[in-house]
Amino acid sequence: MDLYAVAQVIWWLLLGVLLMGLAVMVGMDMGVGAILRYVARSDLERRVALNIIGPHWDGNQVWFILGGGAIFAAFPLIYATAFSGFYVVMLLLLWTMIMRPLGFEYRSQIAQPAWREAWDWVLLVSGAVPMIVFGAAFGNLFRGVPFHFAWNLTSFYTGSFLGLLNPFAIVTGVLSLSLAVMMGALTVMNGAEGAMFQRARGLAQAAAGTGLALFAIGGFWVHAMPGYRLTGGPGEGVPQTPLQQAVTTAPGAWLANFGAHPILWLVPLAGFAGMIGAWLAARAGRSHLGWWLGALAWIGVIGTAGAALFPFMLPSSTDPSMSLTVWNSSSSETTLLWMAGFAAVFMPLILWYTGWAFWVMRGKVSAEKIARGDEHAY
Amino acid sequence: MINGTVVDLSRIQFAATALYHFLFVPLTLGLSFLLAAMETVYVTTGRSIYKDMAQFWGKLLMINFALGVATGLTMEFQFGTNWSFYSSFVGDIFGAPLAIEGLMAFFMESTFIGLMVFGWERLSKGQHLAVTWLVALGSNLSALWILVANGFMQDPVGAAFDPVTMRMQLTSFPKLIFSPDVQSKFVHTSIAGYVTAAIFVTGVSAFYMLRRRHMALAKRSFRMAALFGVLATMGVITLGDALGFVAASVQPTKLAAMEGLWKAEAAPMPFNLIAFPDQAKHENRFEVQLPDLLSLLVTHSLTGRVRGIDALEGQAERKIENGIPAVQALEALSRDPKDAAALAQFDAHRSDLGYGFLVQRYAPDLSKVTPAQVSEAARDSIPPVAAVFWSFRLMVAFGLLMLAFFGLAALYTLRNSVQEQTWLLKAALWMIPVPFLADEAGWLVAELGRQPWTVFGVLPTWMSASTHSVTYMAFSLIGFIALYSIFIVIEMYLMVRAIRVGPSEHGDPGVHPAQPRPVLVGRPVPAAAHGTRLED
Ligand code: HDD
Ligand code: HEM
Ligand code: HEM
Repeated sequence: MDLYAVAQVIWWLLLGVLLMGLAVMVGMDMGVGAILRYVARSDLERRVALNIIGPHWDGNQVWFILGGGAIFAAFPLIYATAFSGFYVVMLLLLWTMIMRPLGFEYRSQIAQPAWREAWDWVLLVSGAVPMIVFGAAFGNLFRGVPFHFAWNLTSFYTGSFLGLLNPFAIVTGVLSLSLAVMMGALTVMNGAEGAMFQRARGLAQAAAGTGLALFAIGGFWVHAMPGYRLTGGPGEGVPQTPLQQAVTTAPGAWLANFGAHPILWLVPLAGFAGMIGAWLAARAGRSHLGWWLGALAWIGVIGTAGAALFPFMLPSSTDPSMSLTVWNSSSSETTLLWMAGFAAVFMPLILWYTGWAFWVMRGKVSAEKIARGDEHAY
Repeated sequence: MINGTVVDLSRIQFAATALYHFLFVPLTLGLSFLLAAMETVYVTTGRSIYKDMAQFWGKLLMINFALGVATGLTMEFQFGTNWSFYSSFVGDIFGAPLAIEGLMAFFMESTFIGLMVFGWERLSKGQHLAVTWLVALGSNLSALWILVANGFMQDPVGAAFDPVTMRMQLTSFPKLIFSPDVQSKFVHTSIAGYVTAAIFVTGVSAFYMLRRRHMALAKRSFRMAALFGVLATMGVITLGDALGFVAASVQPTKLAAMEGLWKAEAAPMPFNLIAFPDQAKHENRFEVQLPDLLSLLVTHSLTGRVRGIDALEGQAERKIENGIPAVQALEALSRDPKDAAALAQFDAHRSDLGYGFLVQRYAPDLSKVTPAQVSEAARDSIPPVAAVFWSFRLMVAFGLLMLAFFGLAALYTLRNSVQEQTWLLKAALWMIPVPFLADEAGWLVAELGRQPWTVFGVLPTWMSASTHSVTYMAFSLIGFIALYSIFIVIEMYLMVRAIRVGPSEHGDPGVHPAQPRPVLVGRPVPAAAHGTRLED
C-alpha cells in the first residue's frame, strides 16, 4: 500500500476511535439525562445526579463536535452527503442537542419546581433522542441510503424521512439507547449512594440485558441482509471520485470481511463480553469496573459495524456504484497527513487532561453539601 | 440545478444562526480573559475581593457560555446539512481548521471550564488559576481556528483545484494559516471580544454604583474593565484599518462596496462619510465627502487609488468569458478523466473557473451563453453595496463612540471619582448593546461583502447549497427561529436576574437573597431592599 492508502486507513481508524469516544463519553451523559427522572426522585437527588456529570458534560460533548469536524476534514464527501441527506434527522439531533447545555446550566438557576421539572424533561428528551438517532444512522448504513451524484458531484437525496425509521434502524437505535442508559446508570452508581445507587444498579442490569439481546438480533439480521461488495474502480490510494467504480450487492456480503479475516470475530465477541461483564459488575455493585466493561461493549459494537462495512462508509441504495468508500471520499494526502500530525500531538494530550479532570473531581457527590447551598453546584 | 429560493433560505438560515452564535461568542472571549486577570490579582495579592469578582463574573460567563455552546453546535454541522456542495468542494481545506479547533481549543476550553466552576475547593490556588487561564486560552484558540477557516473563504490561498477529484485541495498548510487576511482578522475579532466584555463589565458595575450596592467590587471591576477597554478599543481600530488594507488587495469588490465607490477618481480620493448608494443606477444619491481621506485610509498614501465598481464589473466580464471554457473542459473530464485535450483546455483557463460557474446560474448550458447573460452575471459579481456601506459605517461609528467612552471612563476611574459621575454611569449602562451591534455589523460587512461568492473568486454562493426542497428549508428555518427566540428570552431573563441578585461577597457562604422579582435594569430599586452594604 502506498502512503495515501495508509493515511486513508489511519483516518478511518481514527474516526472509529472518535465515534467510540463519542458513544462512551457523550452516551454516558445522555444516559444520565434519559434516566434522571427515574433514578432520582426528589429535586435533591436530581441535583446529585446532575452534579456527578456536571464538571464533565461540556468536555465530553466535544467528542461529538470533534466527530463532526474530523469527518469534515478527513472525509468531506461523507460529511456533505450524509448530513444533507439525513436533513430532518440531523435537525432532530441538533434541536435536541442544543437544548442540553441549557438544561445543565439553567436548571439550577431558579428553585421553582415547575421550572426544574421542565428542564428535567428537556434533559430526558435531549438524552434519549440523540442516542436513538446515532444508532439508527448506523443501521441505515447497512441498508444503504438513497442518494446519487450529478457530474460535478452535487449530491441528491431521494428518500423520505420515514424511510430512515425502518425496523432494522429501530433495532440499532434502541441498542444504542440501551448502551447509553447502561453507562448512565453505572455513572450514577459511581457518584451516588443509597436509594439512587440501588435504582441505578437495577437499571444498569436491565439495560445491559436489553443491549445484549438487540446486538444478537442485529447480528442475525445482517447475516441475511444484502451487503455491498466493491468489484472494480481506480483502487486504493488513488485520487478519484465516486463516479468511477463498480459495486454489486449480495446477501450476506456484510460478513465477507469476517470470512476473509476470522480474527475479526474477536470484535463482536468483545461487544458481548463487555455487556455481560457490565451486567455482572452492576449486579455485584462494582460500578467502576462495570463502567470500563461498558466502554468495552461500545468499542465492540461500533467496531463490529466498522469491520462489517469496510471499505464502505456510506452505501447508496439507489445507485450502489456511487457508494462512498474510504478510497473515494477522503481528503487529499496533504490534508490527511497534516491532520494526522495534529491528532498525534493533541489526542494524547486530551486523554491526559481529561483523565486529570476526572481524577480531581473523583468520589461521591455529597447531597448534604448541595442541600446546604453549595454555590458552585448545579 | 439548485432552486434559487432554497439558496436564499439557506443563506438566511446560515446568517441568522451565525449572527446569533456571535451574540455570545465575543462576551466569552473577552470575559474569560478578564476573569483570568482578576484571579491573577487574587492569587498574587491574596485579596479576597478579587476572588469574589472572579466568581461573580464567572457566574455571568456561564449563563452566556451555555448558549455559545448550544449555538456553536448548530454551526459545526450546518456546513454539511445546508452547504453540502460547498462542503465537498472545499472540505479538503476548510474541514482541517474546524477539526483542529476541536482538537486544540474546544476540548481544552470545555474540559477546564468544568474544573473552573466546580473545582474551587478541590484545586490549589495556583492550579485553579492555571485552569482559568487555560479556559481563556482555549476560547481564543477556538476563535483563531474558525477564523483560519473563514479567512480561506475570503482569500483562498494555499489550495488549488484538482480536475481529477473535482474539488479544491490543500497545497500548503502554512500558507493557509499565515494568510494576511487570517492574521489581521483573528486579532481584530478577538480584540472585538475584549471590547465587548469590557463594555459589559463597566455597564454592570455602573449599575451597582448607581444603586450604591457592592461598591468595592463594582469600583474595582469598573477600573479594570475601563483600562482594558481603552487599550482594546485602540487595538480594534488599528486592526480594523489593517483589515481594510487587506480587503483592498484581495477583495476589491468588497472594498468598493464598503466605500460606496462607483467610479474611480484621480488620487487623492475623497472618503464618502454619508451616501445613499443606488445599485441599479451605479451612483450615490447623496454624498457628504471628506477630501483625500480614502486614499489615506486604504492605501496609507496620498497617491493611492482604489478601483470603482464600474471597472470591477468590466473586469468580471472578461473573467467570465475566460472561465466558460474551463467549466466545459471540466464536464468533459468528468466523463473521461484521461481526456488530454480537455485537460489542456482546462489548464489554459483554470484561473477563472469560478467565474465560469458564476454565469452558469443564468446559462445552465454554457455552449449557448449570450452576452446579456454574461453582463447579468458580471453585475452579480458586485455585493449589495448599500448594506455593506452602512454596516461598515455603523461599526466604525460605534468603535469611535466606545473609544470616547472608555477614555472618559478611564480618566474618572483613575481619579477615583467615577462613582460621583452619575451621567457617566448612566451612559455606561446605555453602552451595553453597542459592542454587540458593532460585532454583528462587522460580520455583515465581512460576509455580505464577500457575495456572490462563498469562496471568493472560486465558488459562487448559488452553487454551494444543498439540494433540499423549499418545504424542508422553510421547516428548518422556522424551527431555528422559534427555538432561538425562546432561548434568548430565557437567557436574558436569567442574566438580568443574576445581575440583580448580585455577587455574594467575602466568604459569607451561600447567602443567596431570596428570589427577587425580575425587574427591568433601568428601574431604580430602593437600596435598602437588597440588604445593601455601603463600602468605601
Ligand atoms: C467591538 C466590535 C468592533 C469594532 C469597534 C470594530 N470592528 Fe471591525 N469587525 C468586527 C468587530 C468590530 C468583527 C465582528 O470582529 C468583524 C467581523 C468579521 C471580522 O473579521 O471581524 C469585523 C470586520 C471588519 C472588517 C471586514 C473584514 C473582512 O472583510 O473580512 C473591516 C474592514 C473592519 N472590521 C474594519 C473596522 C474598522 C476600520 C473599525 C474602526 C473603528 C472597526 N472595524 C471597528
Ligand atoms: C460567527 C460569526 C459569523 C457571522 C455573524 C457570519 C455571518 C454571515 C452572514 C450574515 C451570511 C449571509 C451572507 C449572505 O447573505 O449570503 C453568512 C454566510 C455564510 N458564512 Fe458567515 N458569518 C460568521 C462566521 C462565519 C465563519 C467563521 C464561517 C466559516 C467558518 C462562515 C461561513 C459562511 C457560509 C458558508 C455562509 C453561507 C454562504 C453565503 O451565503 O455566503 N461564516 N455568514
Ligand atoms: C468568528 C467566528 C467564531 C468564533 C470567534 C467562535 C468562537 C467560539 C467560542 C469562543 C466558543 C466557546 C463557547 C462560547 O462562546 O460560549 C464557541 C463555541 C462553539 N463554536 Fe464558535 N465561533 C465562531 C464561529 C463559529 C462557526 C462558524 C462554527 C462552526 C463551524 C463554530 C462552532 C462552534 C462550536 C461547535 C462551539 C461549541 C464548543 C464547545 O462545546 O465548547 N463557531 N465558538
